Amino acid sequence: MAKKTHVATTINGEPMEFLCEARQSLLEVLRDNLAMTGSKEGCNNGNCGACTVLLDGQPVDSCLVLAVEAEGAEITTVEGIADDSRLHPIQQCFLEEAALQCGVCTPGFIVTAKALLDRNPTPSEHEIRFQLAGNLCRCTGYDKIIRAVQDAGKRMAAEARGASTTTNGSPARQQQKQAT
Amino acid sequence: MKEFEFQSATTVDEAVSLLAAKGDQARVLTGGTDLIVQLREGLRSADLVVDVKKIPELMTMSFSPEQGLRLGAAVPCHRIYGDKDVAVAYPGLADAARIIGGWQIQSRASVGGNLCNSSPAADSIPPLVVHDAVCHLAGPGGRRTVKASEFCTAPGKNVLQRGELLVSLEFPPPAEHASSAYMRFIPRNEMDIAVVGAASWVQLTAAGDTIEKASIALAAVAPTPLAATEASSFLAGKPATSETFAKAGELASQVARPISDKRGTSEYRKHLAGVLTQRTLAIAVERARG
Ligand SMILES: Cc1cc2nc3c(=O)[nH]c(=O)nc-3n(C[C@H](O)[C@H](O)[C@H](O)COP(=O)(O)OP(=O)(O)OC[C@H]3O[C@@H](n4cnc5c(N)ncnc54)[C@H](O)[C@@H]3O)c2cc1C
Ligand code: FES
Ligand code: FES
Repeated sequence: MAKKTHVATTINGEPMEFLCEARQSLLEVLRDNLAMTGSKEGCNNGNCGACTVLLDGQPVDSCLVLAVEAEGAEITTVEGIADDSRLHPIQQCFLEEAALQCGVCTPGFIVTAKALLDRNPTPSEHEIRFQLAGNLCRCTGYDKIIRAVQDAGKRMAAEARGASTTTNGSPARQQQKQAT
Repeated sequence: MKEFEFQSATTVDEAVSLLAAKGDQARVLTGGTDLIVQLREGLRSADLVVDVKKIPELMTMSFSPEQGLRLGAAVPCHRIYGDKDVAVAYPGLADAARIIGGWQIQSRASVGGNLCNSSPAADSIPPLVVHDAVCHLAGPGGRRTVKASEFCTAPGKNVLQRGELLVSLEFPPPAEHASSAYMRFIPRNEMDIAVVGAASWVQLTAAGDTIEKASIALAAVAPTPLAATEASSFLAGKPATSETFAKAGELASQVARPISDKRGTSEYRKHLAGVLTQRTLAIAVERARG
């Protein structure tokens, strides 16, 4: 039997430990060992972005990360985007604006969009298309996705404005939590 | 993927001894955007994969206008274009870092990995060549340096010896009235391999109307990235006009010796080499004028 390595990491804010083989990708371990099937396997070679997760805040294709590389890292998957029972504005806008059909690409788009909007809640259409170029969708034709991301950014900006007017109330703290 | 052993090195010496012990069955891992795909598809094999991202020297990017740039071999692309000072001082390098794959790839892919993978179509190599970058290597026999223009020897091959590691890339300080640009031609807007790529670096006279010195390098027109030396020396002392750029484009196109494949015929690639040389020269000159 192949040698297994013990890995200690943080996933969606929770400390997590697992055993894996060196050759296993982070995507495989998330899906097969940890039963976190939100991240999807599209191409398994870095082209489609369906497996996108945040690794220390940066969007990466988890099919091109070895699970052993997650040692000591902070990972956010699509399962960690919603705030308890409340959907994230990006998820809400994808739903309301029908920015998905089969949905296989959606987790990846949501994670990449979160990384983008946390840095810049008011990106231009061009910026959105450029930053999301590593995410492919074979169903929607992209326009609805772009619009949903734009609208989510506006909502996030509005929420942040609302939060910043509350000097020491909980919304500001909540916003801060989301941004990390 | 076949089984392999994984080690994460924390010093250059540790990485070198791990690599030297396993020889050609040991592979360095930086961003993994080439290596993991190659291992998965069986294009390369490895008994040992050595992650070098925990070695501080390989993850450091330090720049000053006096000292120039020291770029750790494992620094991912997003940190290069994300640093304003670096992006302004070495714009051709930032141009390449911004178009290697999409954002997810740029979060991981390093210029060091792009160079060590040694594809003739690698986007960051022409900018390294025109910026006169020097590669710092460490191996069982100690440290040595190699010019980036002499690093690649054949498709997928380079000067690295058994147990040797690329530690960092050193760029001379940015010169006055100088700038650079990189462009590639691909059939879509993002996420594709260059059919042809061209980088230009120019230094203008203080008046900004004459080229004092220039350097041009091409991707995907030869078995290795190619310096277009005739075109570069032709440009010295010439007026910075579109006629001059066109002539330099012709000279660059003449040294190109591309293959024909599904991405383009040899003739088409030669033509593109000329066009991209002209365009990157025009952009570099405009940037140099500020
Ligand atoms: C979807 C996708 C899109 C891509 N788009 C582009 C593109 O547009 N342009 C482009 O040029 N490339 C592209 N690539 C290829 C790849 O992303 C780049 O070549 C990248 O720069 C490789 O860097 P890395 O850090 O990921 O290297 P790795 O994959 O970690 O390593 C690459 C090779 O170099 C060796 N190596 C790495 N670092 C060192 C070192 N310090 N010392 C010695 N050997 C070392 C490794 O062993 C391996 O053989 C793409 C890849 C994918 C999957
Ligand atoms: S499954 Fe990872 S990029 Fe497609
Ligand atoms: S909704 Fe089907 S791939 Fe995007």
